[in-house]
Amino acid sequence: MATFSFYLFSIVAVLSGFLVVFARSPVHSVLWLILAFFSVAGLFVLLGAEFVAMLMLIVYVGAVAVLFLFVVMMLDVDFAALREGMAAYLPVGLLIGVILLVQLGFVFGAWETTDIALAQRAAVTPSPAEVDNTAALGALLYTKYIFLFQAAGLVLLVAMIGAIVLTHRKRVGVKRQDVLTQMYRDPARAVELKDVKPGQGI
Amino acid sequence: MLAENLAVVAPELLLAVLAMAFLMLGAFSSRAMDGPILWGATIVLAVVGLWIGFQPEGTRTAFDGSFVSDGFARFSKVMVLFGAAATLALSRDYLQKNDLLKYEYPVLAMLAAVGMMTMVSARDLIVLYLGLELQSLALYVVAAFRRDSLRSTEAGLKYFVLGALSSGLLLYGASLTYGYSGTTAFAGIGVSLEGGHVPLGLLFGLVFLVAGMAFKVSAVPFHMWTPDVYEGSPTPVTLFFATAPKVAAAAMIARLLYDAFGGATADWQQILVFLSIASMFLGAVGGIGQRNFKRLMAYSSINHMGFVLMGLAAGTEQGAQAMLIYLAIYVTMNVGAFAFILNMEKDGKPVTDLYSLGLYSRVAPARAAALAVLMFSMAGVPPLVGFFGKFYVLTAAVDAGLVWLAIAGVVASVIAAYYYLRIVFLMYFGEAVDGLDGRMPGLHWGFLGASALAMLLGIVNLFGVETIAGAAAMTLFQ
Repeated sequence: MATFSFYLFSIVAVLSGFLVVFARSPVHSVLWLILAFFSVAGLFVLLGAEFVAMLMLIVYVGAVAVLFLFVVMMLDVDFAALREGMAAYLPVGLLIGVILLVQLGFVFGAWETTDIALAQRAAVTPSPAEVDNTAALGALLYTKYIFLFQAAGLVLLVAMIGAIVLTHRKRVGVKRQDVLTQMYRDPARAVELKDVKPGQGI
Repeated sequence: MLAENLAVVAPELLLAVLAMAFLMLGAFSSRAMDGPILWGATIVLAVVGLWIGFQPEGTRTAFDGSFVSDGFARFSKVMVLFGAAATLALSRDYLQKNDLLKYEYPVLAMLAAVGMMTMVSARDLIVLYLGLELQSLALYVVAAFRRDSLRSTEAGLKYFVLGALSSGLLLYGASLTYGYSGTTAFAGIGVSLEGGHVPLGLLFGLVFLVAGMAFKVSAVPFHMWTPDVYEGSPTPVTLFFATAPKVAAAAMIARLLYDAFGGATADWQQILVFLSIASMFLGAVGGIGQRNFKRLMAYSSINHMGFVLMGLAAGTEQGAQAMLIYLAIYVTMNVGAFAFILNMEKDGKPVTDLYSLGLYSRVAPARAAALAVLMFSMAGVPPLVGFFGKFYVLTAAVDAGLVWLAIAGVVASVIAAYYYLRIVFLMYFGEAVDGLDGRMPGLHWGFLGASALAMLLGIVNLFGVETIAGAAAMTLFQ
């Protein structure tokens, strides 16, 4: 059963991947992309990584793909024009692909790590049989690597300060929302009721 | 458990929390608070520097050994924090005159200091990268701080793009290192190299790591951003670039190479020797044609970093000690020189042209004398302290068997002496020009005078830096 599911999910993932590239309409491309995400999530479940599988669905399908759809629908991009040069670039692209494949082959052919590399890599994480992977991820992120997690937060804070410092300007004559004024405004001052006689107008 | 870990990172934690407090204070109060926040940040940096300086001896680690507070880290942190504090103290007048005094500047400087402290304490590749990125990101922003100036924006953008490239190189190296050694912890990498055999993949990782970090100390051939960024940034920011980040990056390279890759010394030694020679010569030759004082200081810092890397290339405890002494002297000299450059102005406008210094000794004899002492010291003319910095580094290189590297260093320092001495020449024998008329605030004069005086008086015993640096370098080899 597991073998069957693996091949099913893999074949669907690869096929829908191709269709993402070759579909004529960009909306169809995004839909195929969602199918690809679903199949990959299935593969993750087969691996026993159910947390990553759910993340895949929530983040990629739920947020990223929907965002893609919005962009594709909102922007008037002429995809036919974008695709025009494809035949000319195809040989170069294929060549680069082949070179990359050959290089990868070399890497795996000469794959020689230090003697204790595999043991060191395995030592950090608990065995999957003992801990749920959600709990294991949480323990790593929020307990073992808490310092790194917070440091990453600081990096993001700096990025935010930087963006504001470099772009924010105080403009004059901008209309801003004033919540208090809005709240203290009552119907007596804002609305005028007129008694309109039928058939006469104001 | 967590409390023990937090006790080790307490200085960083305090600095980060106070930076955020200042950020909130600045955001929710009027612009009148900008000045007090700058002073507050200066005092906080200096006090944290003192605190770290008086912390008890010994090596303390936190977070599974990924963060370490040892003598080496503390020595570097004190230099970083005092450098940053001096920068902020000197910045105020320039920022105010040029309408750049905003509370974000000290906040970013504090956060950059947190990043630098993390860098020098990192014993794990991920910690190292996050510290580096925290520092760099803050520096990119302050480089472009004068956003109405084309030069400053260009400096920020150039620094950002090239910095991102170097971070990419570093990360590529880190991931290769992880792949081939199975760990990101320095201790683990060290253990996996114990057999003396270095797998090819790990060697690639090492090369990329060194390339990424060489960018941060602006070593040739990764120096091309330095002159433009130094020239384009507001002068206080240039001073910041020239001091604290250089110390942090050099200390970070030292720890990574000595601690993690100590088993591959022969492999990284040749890279560092090349970087060192190229930096010394390009820094010396490139500065000759410069008319702009800030660009000249950029080439000067490239040249000085070549000497710092020479100490590192020795690969010995003596080399690490020489590197620390050299950095301490370099920071002191730069703070003094920039205290002078910050006040080069004419009719209220900043001037950086060297020829405006013509016969400056008649305008302000005391200031000219102080700058002359600093320039002699930078050139490494005996018996000033700058000479001793070079002497320690050269001795370390010779003792490690790198005689020809030391000879190249001597030749390069003679070439570089030309442009330092030219400034002295211009001030005393140059053509009289209708030059600078700026007054110097007492604080700046104090920094300039103290720095020049240190170069003269330090020849007695280097203020004891030698012994402290020796003890600090020793902890790197435990």
